[in-house]
Amino acid sequence: MPINFRHDVDAVLAEASRQNKPVLLDFSAAPM
Amino acid sequence: MWPDPRVSKFVQDNFIPARVHVKDDAQKFVEYGDKYGAQWTPTVLQLDPKGEERARIEGFLPTDDFLAQLMLGRAHLAFGMGQWDDAERRFREVVEKFPNSDAAPEALYWAGVAPYKKTHDPASLGATAKAFKERYQGTPWAKKASIWG
Repeated sequence: MPINFRHDVDAVLAEASRQNKPVLLDFSAAPM
Repeated sequence: MWPDPRVSKFVQDNFIPARVHVKDDAQKFVEYGDKYGAQWTPTVLQLDPKGEERARIEGFLPTDDFLAQLMLGRAHLAFGMGQWDDAERRFREVVEKFPNSDAAPEALYWAGVAPYKKTHDPASLGATAKAFKERYQGTPWAKKASIWG
């Protein structure tokens, strides 16, 4: 089950606030 | 770390996952790197729903250690939000599932603090000090708990 990482961080933060859900933010250099 | 099904399930169950890539999202990487003080990869942050950082993992870890740290961070997140019962359950889960991880002594410590924060009954602190006499001796967390009993 691959993780569906999103790249629109501003939208993620706004959604987290609305849904009262935590965010996992990955700063990565791994091959994509 | 990420492809492991235990890690991916934990992330999907507990977070909205987001990624900024040093090359593919270069501008965002700088922007959010400055905002959150992330200057190395991999850096994994756990943010509460208000966007405040509650836990951080810097550098590569083997999968079990990474998952233990993720679970520890999620427990700290609950603690930071005043969800004492959930925090205690999550801290104890780290100790139970990954008793030999670096995360376990810290989790045992905070598993004692969470119920105290809820009830102000010091019994959980005493029980934690006693537990540290049986395991994790020599860790900083055992030293910190030693004042409780």
